[in-house]
Amino acid sequence: MTRSSKSAADGLSSIQDLKHLIVSVLRLGKEAGADETEVHVDEVRSALTRFANNAIHQNVAECGVTISVRTVVDGRTARVATNRTDEDSLRAAVASSLSLAHSQPKDPRLLPLPGKQRYKNVKRFLAATAKLSAADRARAVRKACDLAIKKGQVAAGIFSSGQTQTAIGNSRGLFAAYRQTQAEFSITMQESGAASWAKANTADVRGINSQALAERASRKAHLAVSPQEFTPGRYTVILEPAAVLDLVGFLFYDFAATALEDKRSCLNERMGTQLFGKNISITDDVYHPLQLGAPFDGEGMPRQKVSVVENGVAKNLVFSRASAKRAKKLPTGHGFALPNEYGEAPMNLVFSGGDSSLEEMVASTNRGLLVTRLWYIREVDPYEKVLTGMTRDGLFLVEGGKVTRAVRNFRFNQSILEMLRNVQQMTPAVRAAGEEAFEMVVPAMKISGFHFSEPTKF
Amino acid sequence: MWDLAAISLETARLRGAAYADARIMHLRQRDLTTKNGQVGTLAQSESIGIGVRVLANGAWGFASTDHLTREGIGACAAQAVSIAKASALAKRSDVVMAAEHTYVTSWQAPFEKDPFEIPLETQIALLLKADDAMRGVRGVTLTETGMQFRKIDSWFASSIGSRIHQRKVISGCGIGATSFAGDEIQKRSYPNSFGGQHTLEGYEMVERLDIAKHAPRIAEEAAALHTAAQCPEQVGTLILGSSQLGLQIHESVGHPIELDRVLGQEANFAGTSFLTLDQLNKLKYGSQIVNVVADARIEHGPGLGSFAFDDEGVPAQCTDIIKDGQFRGYLSNRETAHLIGLSRSSGTMRTESWNRLPIIRMTNISLLPGSWKEEDLIADTDDGIVMETNRSWSIDDRRYQFQFSTEIGWEIKGGKKTRMLKNPSYSGITTEFWNSCDAICSREYWTLWGTPNCGKGQPMQTMGTGHGAAPSRFRNVRIGTAFSKQ
Repeated sequence: MTRSSKSAADGLSSIQDLKHLIVSVLRLGKEAGADETEVHVDEVRSALTRFANNAIHQNVAECGVTISVRTVVDGRTARVATNRTDEDSLRAAVASSLSLAHSQPKDPRLLPLPGKQRYKNVKRFLAATAKLSAADRARAVRKACDLAIKKGQVAAGIFSSGQTQTAIGNSRGLFAAYRQTQAEFSITMQESGAASWAKANTADVRGINSQALAERASRKAHLAVSPQEFTPGRYTVILEPAAVLDLVGFLFYDFAATALEDKRSCLNERMGTQLFGKNISITDDVYHPLQLGAPFDGEGMPRQKVSVVENGVAKNLVFSRASAKRAKKLPTGHGFALPNEYGEAPMNLVFSGGDSSLEEMVASTNRGLLVTRLWYIREVDPYEKVLTGMTRDGLFLVEGGKVTRAVRNFRFNQSILEMLRNVQQMTPAVRAAGEEAFEMVVPAMKISGFHFSEPTKF
Repeated sequence: MWDLAAISLETARLRGAAYADARIMHLRQRDLTTKNGQVGTLAQSESIGIGVRVLANGAWGFASTDHLTREGIGACAAQAVSIAKASALAKRSDVVMAAEHTYVTSWQAPFEKDPFEIPLETQIALLLKADDAMRGVRGVTLTETGMQFRKIDSWFASSIGSRIHQRKVISGCGIGATSFAGDEIQKRSYPNSFGGQHTLEGYEMVERLDIAKHAPRIAEEAAALHTAAQCPEQVGTLILGSSQLGLQIHESVGHPIELDRVLGQEANFAGTSFLTLDQLNKLKYGSQIVNVVADARIEHGPGLGSFAFDDEGVPAQCTDIIKDGQFRGYLSNRETAHLIGLSRSSGTMRTESWNRLPIIRMTNISLLPGSWKEEDLIADTDDGIVMETNRSWSIDDRRYQFQFSTEIGWEIKGGKKTRMLKNPSYSGITTEFWNSCDAICSREYWTLWGTPNCGKGQPMQTMGTGHGAAPSRFRNVRIGTAFSKQ
């Protein structure tokens, strides 16, 4: 590939350049004796401004490209990736891939590569985001830090922006390409040993109101001062969208057909059953207007919208080509790049949500806890889907329909299967950003009987 | 490589940088896995590029590129300076760096067998042999094995004149057997969960593990866990196996001593720390027998935190963290050392790759061995539970309250290991826990474990850290909380 002196400040390569590169590598595969060849090209230009103690302390940018080659020979396959784009390096990557492939036993279940596919067009590349400069980010950060200083608080966070593209092509004529921009602003405001937090993530930086997020975190940080320790037990909770996201994000692998084959999914022997409350419906939908991501999977198959939970019943799984063949189903376009042992997963979950507002949930709660955000969530029991973790950055008591005071953070040990049976109210689903799961479209939820096991010291 | 690095430093200087350093890194990786007797992942990758860090107008900037030409590197360095000048728009004070000597040297971590030179057929055959041995056990529903190898070359150059080349070879290997029955999924792993053991060694480490020999045992244990008794909920005596204790050290000592966390630089993501600056040399972190060091020197062992120089050009050091139970030290860098009264960084700046900024990281954070023989420790325990091999881990964002669960437990009654326990877990408050430690086994039982997956920083970086530990006993620990039905 011909490359100019591109830095993170410049744009991505053209799709035509990517196609040209892929065609070159496919030719090298053929020359080297591969039966079939698949090529991925991933390119990134991104930058992130990080602040703490009311000042920028880290400020970074990166640009890079990765070419990943999968060859197939005599019923065997292997992948080799490089970021060197000269012809000798690409030829060496092809040769390495063939050498790896030859070193293993033949796989009788290996499928031929897919042919040409048709894709829905999705536009998630916004010039405003791509053009955002370090100075633009610094000015927004400065404003947020000035607010913190004015309020006697301390701000920490990030403002990032970037552009990525991915293209895939194979020796059977398949070609797909996708590009997107992404911007993120996240802020923690600290006051007198307490803190609160707000975050947004979107393709279009114009949709991020960094100062509104700063003001929200500032208000909640002030409310979070002097928390009172409460007795562990079961509480009605109102989980803000980020808290919901980071919990339900642990479910996504369970909807993979391969996970059920491997008997590692919590859906083992539970498909078709009333697993959650009737108010819970979940689809995987990369085309949803609040989602990001490519409309094709790791083999270049078009992603389908899949209804995985309907009215609380686990209805459908997602399939790669291989798992679909084994199950005598059609692939849904959710496969990971091959070879891999995990198969597939839904990456764009969308919850149906409800029609309440956060304010209505608070107003209807006699006694409960409002949770801003969760932290360090890990799976304790994979079948009952018991998760543990901590509340963080703002846990508040709700009494008589009002937020009354701050509460010390709790550890929870909670089955999310049980949790999704106890959802009383939901807001409309929004694009939520947390820290444990990738962004999805989820509502805030009011849930009864949420299990807190131990308090911490702040 | 030095010519390329020099271009970046000169460009940074001409653009107005008061200080600059550059890391050219070449990373090679091989990943092999099997699942249920079939090869899963079979992949290799390489990545090479440069990251340039500059100080201009009293503030930091960093840019990276894989375009390793004079033109590409010049543009990258210029961008780093431009970013630093933008940082200065929102600075409160100028960055001050502790002095450091200039070094011109090359170092290679010792290894016997280059894993990239071992035939793939040999590596795959070993994994499939272990996989087969696990699949032969009734009740096992999923078998997994894996190896991972990395070779990392880094060329560090700084505007104070340092030129440091380092080469590291890292090997990792592990196996796991999972059993689904009734309403439970149980799993056993060897030699550790989440990928096994990882060290700064060659293929000799994999051979020493002898995974095929251990495969039937862990498969049998995975199946047997279904009929084992549930770990009781109680406050009692806990003996931790060395790998679980290694993770306990990582979470409840290693992270809270990172000075960037203490200073609030990670407040938005990884969190802060209960170890505020006023606690240094005052806090009784643990009992009298608890001694923890941060030791990056290769003499400490082939840990994932061993090196000759950190990614800021500071030599590897051994720092007392907890000495006879007292809190004695933090992990610092050239920017923060003066804040704890040091004239020099403790040498803990590390980066995942050429495209990431070095940040303060754990090196090898190890609990020094005690004097007990393991069999004596069991015999000395009237009523307790042994817990081995991590299953889940979680700790709050200031590193006070933690909860861990392990794959397997064993009841101790009257000084003897008796029945197997399933779903073991324990929880506590960091300093209370370390102060309850009353016995640590000797060096004979001490292992330097590798944690290859420590996430920190924004953009996220994954780093390998080392944790030496021997089985140890803790009193009055809250046990069984994770599965409490309250």
